[in-house]
Amino acid sequence: METLAMHISNGIIDGPVAAVFAAIALAAMTVCVLRGRRDLDDRLAPMAGLVAAFIFAVQMLNFPIFTAGVSGHLLGGALAAMLVGPWVGALCVAVVLVVQALVFGDGGVAMLGLNITNMAVLGTAAAYLLIALLLRVLPRTPTGLAVTAFVSALVSVVVAAMGFVLQYQLGGTTDLGGNLAGLAGTMAGVHLLIGIGEGLITATTVVTVAKARPDLVYALRALKPAAPAPVPAVGGVR
Amino acid sequence: MGAGHAHVLYRESASPVHRLPPEVKIAAMVVFTLAVVATPREAFWAFGGYALLVAVVAALARVGPGWLLSRATIELPFVLFAVALPFLGAGERIDVLGLRLSSDGLLGAWNIIAKGTLGVLASLLLAATTTIRDLILGLDRLRCPQILTQIATFMLRYLDVLVGEARRMRVARVSRGDDPRFLWQLRGFAAGVGALFLRAFERGERVYLAMVSRGYTGRMPAVWQGTGAATAGQWLVASTVPVLAATIAATAVVLT
Repeated sequence: METLAMHISNGIIDGPVAAVFAAIALAAMTVCVLRGRRDLDDRLAPMAGLVAAFIFAVQMLNFPIFTAGVSGHLLGGALAAMLVGPWVGALCVAVVLVVQALVFGDGGVAMLGLNITNMAVLGTAAAYLLIALLLRVLPRTPTGLAVTAFVSALVSVVVAAMGFVLQYQLGGTTDLGGNLAGLAGTMAGVHLLIGIGEGLITATTVVTVAKARPDLVYALRALKPAAPAPVPAVGGVR
Repeated sequence: MGAGHAHVLYRESASPVHRLPPEVKIAAMVVFTLAVVATPREAFWAFGGYALLVAVVAALARVGPGWLLSRATIELPFVLFAVALPFLGAGERIDVLGLRLSSDGLLGAWNIIAKGTLGVLASLLLAATTTIRDLILGLDRLRCPQILTQIATFMLRYLDVLVGEARRMRVARVSRGDDPRFLWQLRGFAAGVGALFLRAFERGERVYLAMVSRGYTGRMPAVWQGTGAATAGQWLVASTVPVLAATIAATAVVLT
């Protein structure tokens, strides 16, 4: 299996900033664990596992941008927020990051706080806010759902990339001087392209799932109160 | 994931490192990495010390240097980022081989390559000596919230479901006359990605319900947890590596 590292690795950001973001990530994850427990029922548990596995698989598709030395990849935050909700969704992304750091050496263990803040917290939060907003505004059609998924995925990828730029500005181990703007520009441009790819994958997946099993899409469930389950009449059809 | 369900990086062996309980190895690896990252980048000798520690553990675990180094290429994009730094970095410039390079950028590049490589090697050693099942067990014993270990358990289980379904769909496509080659495969893949997700979910849901009906309540059976929890002696043995690393880091901080 040929894979490349994609997350912030050890030594890119200095210790104090990494520690601050580790504390932020820990606090956010605690909230997610507490809120997520309420969400995780018999339907969501296997879904959460599959979403995490799916994210794990798509994160292997990455786009190294060799000229700039920056690489980007799909994140899956929007897909997770759409299918399992923001709390469990953020946990899914975080689990993927933890396993990648521990087992594949992808993303330094000391930098986990930074990676979780960018991809699990910022990415998923941005995606869910947009989903909640767009689903109210756009028509309730497959197209509306597809647009919601596409836009939220696109924006979440760019937001996560900007999280890295912010962290690099706060605690990058090498002062890039005026080149920081260049880094920001490269990251934004690259991740805009990646966001389009991610948006397409998220939209096709969510629309297919919503057509066949609308009960599985958390974002649709949260919007309308669940219709009362049809109670079969005693005796049934005679 | 029954018997023999290991991941690609696991190296079957019975070395002393393999026999250590997983929670001990995870803790040692995390502390070691933190010590490496906390070391000032100017303390070149300290990184030599860390590399020596990694080499000793690798020898004890009977993991060959060739295997380690070939797997460490995962770090390549960051090495490239590091190579760009001496050219991009600000501050005073020095002449190296006729190139005017930023000295801060050079140190930064060294910092990323040294710390990144040591981190990657440490996690590769953990992966090579610990099965996925043990890894999750170790996280569970380290008081990781159950919801996280549960998601992790299912994630690893469903990866195989996902790969299996993808293979089945590909065979179905080929047997109906499609001829997927490199780039053209993308179109079929893109069209099928939603279906793949749904099929994998329905299969995964059946797996989950089968587990629930056999008494699964969100935690793996007590049989897995009961035996093999780390003893004080094992903690002591495994703590030698992180304690040595922490000592090196502390010395380096004091000296610089």
